[in-house]
Amino acid sequence: MHDKTLAELARGLAAGQWSSRDITTALLDRIERLDPALNSFITVTGDQALQDAEAADEARARGQAGILAGVPLAYKDIFCTEGVRTSCGSRMLDNFIAPYNATVIDKLRQAGTVSLGKTNMDEFAMGSSNENSHYGPVKNPWDHSLVPGGSSGGSAAAVAAGLVPAALGTDTGGSIRQPAAFCGITGLKPTYGRVSRYGMVAYASSLDQGGPLARTAEDCAWLLNVMAGHDARDSTSVSRSVPDYTSELDKPLDGLRIGLPREYFGEGLDEGVASAIRDAIRVYESLGASVIDVSLPHTELAIPTYYVIAPAEASSNLSRYDGVRFGHRCENPETLEDLYKRSRAEGFGEEVKRRILIGTHTLSEGFFDAYYRKAQQVRRLIRQDFLDAFQQVDVLMGPAAPTPAFPLGETADPVQMYLQDIYTIAINLAGIPGISVPAGFVGHRPVGLQILAPHFAEAHLLNVAHAFQQATDWHQRRPDVDSPDPR
Amino acid sequence: MAIEHEDVRRAAHLAMLGLDEREAERYVTDLSRILEMVDRLQEVDTEGVAPLAHPLDTTQPLRADEVIEPNRRDALQACAPAVTDGLYLVPRVVE
Repeated sequence: MHDKTLAELARGLAAGQWSSRDITTALLDRIERLDPALNSFITVTGDQALQDAEAADEARARGQAGILAGVPLAYKDIFCTEGVRTSCGSRMLDNFIAPYNATVIDKLRQAGTVSLGKTNMDEFAMGSSNENSHYGPVKNPWDHSLVPGGSSGGSAAAVAAGLVPAALGTDTGGSIRQPAAFCGITGLKPTYGRVSRYGMVAYASSLDQGGPLARTAEDCAWLLNVMAGHDARDSTSVSRSVPDYTSELDKPLDGLRIGLPREYFGEGLDEGVASAIRDAIRVYESLGASVIDVSLPHTELAIPTYYVIAPAEASSNLSRYDGVRFGHRCENPETLEDLYKRSRAEGFGEEVKRRILIGTHTLSEGFFDAYYRKAQQVRRLIRQDFLDAFQQVDVLMGPAAPTPAFPLGETADPVQMYLQDIYTIAINLAGIPGISVPAGFVGHRPVGLQILAPHFAEAHLLNVAHAFQQATDWHQRRPDVDSPDPR
Repeated sequence: MAIEHEDVRRAAHLAMLGLDEREAERYVTDLSRILEMVDRLQEVDTEGVAPLAHPLDTTQPLRADEVIEPNRRDALQACAPAVTDGLYLVPRVVE
């Protein structure tokens, strides 16, 4: 049962092949057995999951179950879940029991899905390897010596290992697409504003976007149908009707124009990754697509732009953690300033402090114009590159990351680590949707093909990704996690 | 633009982040490298380019100034480190 996609599980539930309790019990057993080695969960909510599974089964028996009722999911520990610890991977929120649900959690609960728990993540979603969690690193199910990617690495690893058919993640600079690529699964970052950010712990508010990680584009479409839509409680969510994302999945690709940004195939790209991506493009050509060489001339400026804007927004968002109203408080503070400074020093990890410091510095008097204003201007140029490219092509394709998953502990230099996001970060600055789909291997390490589409073209993006998964079997490959020592 | 020890101390104070001297020294090195990377932006001609704060290039919508949330003070304060009579407790700062 753990090898099934979310859609297969839902169809089996509808056909009476199994109950939600059957699935939930099987997956909770699997989590108990396999997760101590993977560390993909921070909190497992087994009792609540079984209650919800039974409620879903009863609703189905009464003929009142929707299509996703009884399907198990897991949530990145960045989504507030009422009555459950929501730590955001940080010591700062280790004791935080969320008093309300994020909007997407409410929507998925109303659809009858069953939450198995909260997945591990880089602290406050800051990282490209999932090594920055207060709860320790997550291991890549394909090889426990490798990182799963960050910051939604717990969600990606849990799906890849068959602990849950799908999970939610968030993507500020690639944090859904890069771990999906490293773990050999499918991860969708929707258009900025398409999915409510209410109740999602904020990192960089103009970049953060929640989305699904699953085995297939079809599963992502099913989940996006529930997750997408305007939310009056999130002023950045977009008031725009939600299409049925499954309706276009099977449309033929005849006439599809694929743009290959030449900047995504240059220096720094692993040869094996490049080869897998070129093979994937040939699959699309065999399906009737044509390939056009395009340029995104400001690509190299995306990382410097991001590392001004994201830390600036983070330094503001994380100022709420002051030890007064919730979260970690230091012992025996002597003054209010001592309370603030020591609570924050003890609660935050090294990477979070680094980004708070850089953000505070670039926003401070005398530096604002040189850094923040300049970065916002370059951000417009980066966005314009994509708008220009989409005048010529329907979608853009390239690698999700320059290398496959790398060894845990390999990259201690923060700037080197930041370069991991070279192909994903500009997409968040521009606000367009992107998806990573399994597209081959370098040795035993999965490779992700990244597909990008214009704002709000998720239905087309999912159609293009689904077509690839109908023509290939990369998304059906599974790591041997039942082996006592995978690789 | 180079960053010095005093800049890191100043940023830490503005951010209300306690740092010991050793940590501050390490962050001087890290932040210098990050700013060196970021300084590439200075070479870009952005004359006449309007800053882009929202990726969809839209402005923030306004809503009516109405009370829409119920009073959930007890539930929200349940996760506070210290509370009394519905108020958050902090250390005494005025003797």
